[in-house]
Parts: sequence; C-alpha cells; structure tokens
Amino acid sequence: MNGEARGSAIAFDATTVRYPDATRDAISQITFDVAPGEFVVLLGASGSGKSTLLRTVNRLVEPTGGRVLIDGADASTMDPTTLRRGIGYAIQGVGLFAHMTVAANIAIVPELLGWPRERIAERVDELLALVDLDPQRYRTRRPASLSGGEAQRVGVARAIAAEPRVLLMDEPFGAVDPIVRASLQRELLEIVARITTTVLFVTHDVREALHLADKIAILRDGRLVQFGAKNDIRDRPADRGVADLMSLAT
Amino acid sequence: MTYLATHLGSVGALTLAHLALVGVSLCAACALALPAGVAIAYRPRLATAVLALLGAVYTIPSLALLALLVPLLGLGRAPAFVALVLYAQFILVRNVVTALRGVPPAQRDAAVGLGFSPRQRLLRVELPLAFPVILGGVRLAAVSMIAIATLAAYVDGGGLGTLIFRGFALQNTDLVIAGALPSALLAIAADASLRALERAVRV
Repeated sequence: MNGEARGSAIAFDATTVRYPDATRDAISQITFDVAPGEFVVLLGASGSGKSTLLRTVNRLVEPTGGRVLIDGADASTMDPTTLRRGIGYAIQGVGLFAHMTVAANIAIVPELLGWPRERIAERVDELLALVDLDPQRYRTRRPASLSGGEAQRVGVARAIAAEPRVLLMDEPFGAVDPIVRASLQRELLEIVARITTTVLFVTHDVREALHLADKIAILRDGRLVQFGAKNDIRDRPADRGVADLMSLAT
Repeated sequence: MTYLATHLGSVGALTLAHLALVGVSLCAACALALPAGVAIAYRPRLATAVLALLGAVYTIPSLALLALLVPLLGLGRAPAFVALVLYAQFILVRNVVTALRGVPPAQRDAAVGLGFSPRQRLLRVELPLAFPVILGGVRLAAVSMIAIATLAAYVDGGGLGTLIFRGFALQNTDLVIAGALPSALLAIAADASLRALERAVRV
C-alpha cells in the first residue's frame, strides 16, 4: 500500500482498532485508498466497525495497529486538534450546540481557524443559502426550534464551513423521515459536486449507499468484505452476504 | 413578634452579618467545587471516591463539626466559614459532576470532532450546557447554608443564630422567632432568585 505515490486523500493501511477490554478487534486490518474528490460510503450492519473506521480519520479513535494516511501523511503524527479543524464532521443526532444560535454553530470551525469576522458572517449566509435555508430567517434561531431536517442541514453547513478537504459523515440522515432524507441526499450530492471535497459517509442503508456513493466499502464484523465502484459491487458481489445485502436495494 | 418589631435595626444588622457569612462561604465553596467537579467528572473511579468522602463529611452533624473545628481555628467566624464550605462541597461537587455528565454525547462528540481543544470544549461547550444544572446545585447549597449558618452563633460566629441561641437560653420564644423568621425569609428569597436565574439561563 502506497498512499503517497497514488496521491490518495485518505489511505487505510492495515488499520486495526481493538478497544480496551474487548475480546476482538472492532476493525481488523482494513486496507483501501480513497482518491481526492471521491464519495465513499462505508456500508455495514451495526457493530460492523464502520463508525470506528470513520473515527480513525479524525483521530476520535486511535488505531491500535496499522496506519491512516491523510494526503500521504500519517494521521498519528499530526496534532489532533489541527487535524480535526481541517476535516468536516457531521453526525447522526447532529450535535448542534443547544446554547448557540444557528449562525454561531456554523461559524465554529472558521472561528477556531481565526478567520476575520466579516468573512465568517458572509460565509455563514452563503452556507445557509447553500443548504436551502433562508439566512434572514435562520441565522439567529436556536437548534431547539429547528425541525429534524433543518437541524441536519445546519449540521451539514457546519461540517463544510471551512471548506475541508475531507468530509466525514456518520449516518447524518439517520434520524429523519424518508421524504426529508431523500431531499437531504439530493442536496448533499449537489453541494459535494460544487465544493470538491473527499467524502467518507457511514450508513447501514443500502439504498442510501447506492444513491450517494462513487465507491462502497462493505464491512462485516470489523473486516473489509469488499471495496469497489458501486456498480461493480452490485454486479459482482464478493460473496453471498454482499449479494443478499444488494438485493435489499431492489 | 414584639422583639422583632422593637429591634428592627439590630435584627437587620444580624441578618446582614448572616447573609455576609453565607455569601462569602458560598463563593469560596463554588470556587473549590467547580474545578474539583471538572477534574473528576470524567474519571469515574476518582469521582466515586471523592463523592464518597464528601458524602461522609456531609453526614457529620453540623454542631459536632463546628465543635471539632473550634480547637483548630478558635472561636468566631472562621470555624463557621470552614464548616459551611465543607458542607456545601458535597452538594456542589455532585451537581457539577452530574451536570457535566448530562451534556448530550452527540454535542460532546461534535465538539471534539470539530476541533475544539480540551480547554475550549470545556469553556465553550460543556460548562455552558451544564450551567443550569450547576446553578441548581448552588441554589440547594445556598438554602441549606442559610439554615446551617444559624449554628455559627454557637461558636461565637454571629448572625441570626445569636437571637435563636439567646432566646433558647432565656426561654424567650419572641427572640427565637426574631432569629428564625428572617433566616427562613432569606432562604426563601435565595431560592426564588436563584430559581429565576436558572430559568433565565436554561437553553
């Protein structure tokens, strides 16, 4: 595996995580590369290790074996706080800060990076418009007053605020109803097409995976079962399990 | 009520002294309890040990604790101050711990993932979100300290207890009421104002 030579945005190199006191690895010897600008979905049942793998990228989880390379550099050698400010992060349940306004939530990373105040204000309005929320109406709202779909939109805006080169999304649309989810997915694709960022997206929903992904990584019991372009996986599943999983989408 | 009516000035002075003792003790108690709570909140074993210790202190009868402190600190306000600070620790530290642990996991996770340093996370996310619950602890502590502070008079520490103890010694109910009533009113006022503050900061 040579993440540097191929110019990967993210390279997992035998990445292994075993949590303290666990009897087996949460993820074991995961190896694959994500090219810049690719949209890769990590697909698997709960407990398959997909969130753990995602969280090694911004070092919310430290590998106990192997490495994670970001733009060719070993993530474990970087300052975790600096690393995280360069990586967008959106999660299920959103994690919007209840004591801050929508604008303050979106402004967090630009502020941490020391952007000038006027540029942050402009950026916040631009992002609200991008996620289809009227800046005038939403800027000063509190998270508690938002619907599930609106909160998720703000969560996405916050994650991409500082134009991260890598965007991590952990079941970001897991808690909204199917209709809102479909429009969030469509908007996400539009946004990602515009901002050229590499995306790692965790889901257990096969349809969501096939809709969003360029490539899919299928995990089962902490192991990588198959990694490839979504059509290849659909047409040539690696085993019976993957075939069954894909059949759920039709 | 006759004593109260005829000695409004001196009762007022004792009330102020009472309030001052409680106020200073409460501020000192908070200054100790907040960092202590922050330090132990995410260290479960340490938290259990510290809270068990503070809980044990809390079970010592107030009068006995004061009596034990006099040989060390002499008579006056000092033993009363120390006793009040010690009593409040259990309530305050436990509330800080509960409050910080009550911060929703998604918001903590997002704070780390977005790139807050540990210090920024504490000051800008965890403490603001925990603040209403912490304030609830301050309210409980204030109310119980106002009551316990009446015992300060037993060690010559002044305050409204002076009237209660004197009334008890002279079997003069009027004097006892002159001490107890303002003390109860203080407690009610403290409770109401801190409750209002809690409502104002709740998100």
